[in-house]
Amino acid sequence: MTDHSVVLDQVSLVHGDGDETITALDSVGLEVDRGEIVAIVGPSGAGKSSLLAVAGGLLRPTSGTVRIGGVDLAGLNRRRLTELRRTRIGFVFQTNNLVPALNAVDQLRLPLTFGKVENPREPRKLLEEVGMEHKAKRRGHQLSGGERQRIGIARALVTRPQVLLVDEPTAALDRQRSQDIVALLAHETRAQGVATIMVTHDHDVLHHCDRVHEMIDGKLATPVSR
Amino acid sequence: MGSVVALIAILMVLLSGLSVGLVNDGVSGLQRMKATSFAFQEDVGKDAAFSRSVFDREAVGVWAEQDGVEQAAPFGNALVNGKTDRDVDIDLALFGIEPESFLAPEVAQGTALSGAPDEVVISATAAEEGVDVGDVITVEQTGAELRVVGVMGEQHTFGHVDVGYLPLRTWQEIRAGVREGDQVPDRVYEEITAVAVLGADVDLPAGDRAAGTKSLTTEESFGASPGYTAETSTLKLIQGFLYAISALVVGAFFTVLTIQRKQEISVMRALGASTAYLLRDSLIQSLILLVASAAVGVGAGLALGAAVSTTAMPFALEAGPIAVATVSLLVLGMVGAAVAVVRIVRVDPLTALGENR
Repeated sequence: MTDHSVVLDQVSLVHGDGDETITALDSVGLEVDRGEIVAIVGPSGAGKSSLLAVAGGLLRPTSGTVRIGGVDLAGLNRRRLTELRRTRIGFVFQTNNLVPALNAVDQLRLPLTFGKVENPREPRKLLEEVGMEHKAKRRGHQLSGGERQRIGIARALVTRPQVLLVDEPTAALDRQRSQDIVALLAHETRAQGVATIMVTHDHDVLHHCDRVHEMIDGKLATPVSR
Repeated sequence: MGSVVALIAILMVLLSGLSVGLVNDGVSGLQRMKATSFAFQEDVGKDAAFSRSVFDREAVGVWAEQDGVEQAAPFGNALVNGKTDRDVDIDLALFGIEPESFLAPEVAQGTALSGAPDEVVISATAAEEGVDVGDVITVEQTGAELRVVGVMGEQHTFGHVDVGYLPLRTWQEIRAGVREGDQVPDRVYEEITAVAVLGADVDLPAGDRAAGTKSLTTEESFGASPGYTAETSTLKLIQGFLYAISALVVGAFFTVLTIQRKQEISVMRALGASTAYLLRDSLIQSLILLVASAAVGVGAGLALGAAVSTTAMPFALEAGPIAVATVSLLVLGMVGAAVAVVRIVRVDPLTALGENR
């Protein structure tokens, strides 16, 4: 384990659902190092998104430890958690999560307006790197699903995060575009030395990943074959 | 939403113009007098002071001796119907004054009152209705003939009627219904409506006690103009409701907008936007939208108002009231927006991750 990785140690997340309690995460342990892309697969409701939420500081675990770049999230108040998400974590969401009013290059500038970011990447250059420089002035509704996802990936990388948390990036894409998007994610992960956790249902893209874990009923299984 | 705010701004400009127009029509004759207060008959009601007050002019001397009073002069008021020798019908609010007193009006055309009993100086608005210098107005109630010797430079109206200044003695005869050839009792020439007082720091209650009168400052006396209080309070009520409606409309719009932006806001929160950033961002958006919409609305309202100003409707566009109305619209709109965007605090960044957590 290095400082530049994400570490989940014995993480459990239990929440209420009416009269019942649901264990969304059950003693989950996961370490992801810099330059490594790890896929989490599993059926709906298995706890994949809960894992991303806990790793990204959006939910506090019921028990266990989450560390991002060596920082224990349990010791951070809400303001510091927000700051940590801004500076150390990049989120890639499902396809339609661009801000409708902004064009492509402004989508990348957006996270830089939230507060101070050390040594951010230049939005136009980054746009070029993800092959979208020719669509810099287009807004989300003027782009295809694959193009929107490329913008989303670039937006997540503009702050030079240590951790990239990716939620179903190919959910609305055809087979070829899915391959292209996950290949781009894997390339950026290795090129930028980011620790990437990707939640996906899409088994066809798993060969781009360094490890694949299956999640069932909140439990994370040991790496499975790709 | 922008169009709704613009429409409200148009309505506000028009209401403001109507309000100022009604005030001008109602009391511009009083506003443009130099008097700082009027002393009326002691037991007369405030809302009918100008029409019902009658008392002896000896109170003028008492008032002139009061501390702080620079000048005091008798003042008479009566509403009459008249017709010129060129067959122009004209209603007049006759202001009876002593031509040498501080109440004497300045004229823009013709000459001022010289003291001759049949002279009258009329409002600029009466001239716009076709009455001119040299015309002779016959007062229908008494048959008295008044020669127009001058026209004032601005609108001077009282209770929506054009003001005509005339010598106090002539006014006293007309008020008493004296016709040519009638024997005029001496007491007629003792009666006045009010004592007009000029003085910056006058103890009005003390003066009233000494003179047996009831004083109103000039501004308070506006309420004694026929219909003034009813008209202005109605318009103020409408304006108040319009402000409240604008706050509600803007608040409702931003509530809907915030709900529509819930996903976008949750994404920004997940990406590291603080609550303060999101609130500031939303309020700036609200302000830009409000200012732009209000600017369009005020512009359209001014254009429409300029057209209305040329009609007989009492309407006047003045920068002050329009600025107050616009700022009020913006402030209340921002209050509505602020209440609405507080919902941002409750937007959960988890929403950005979809429903499968």
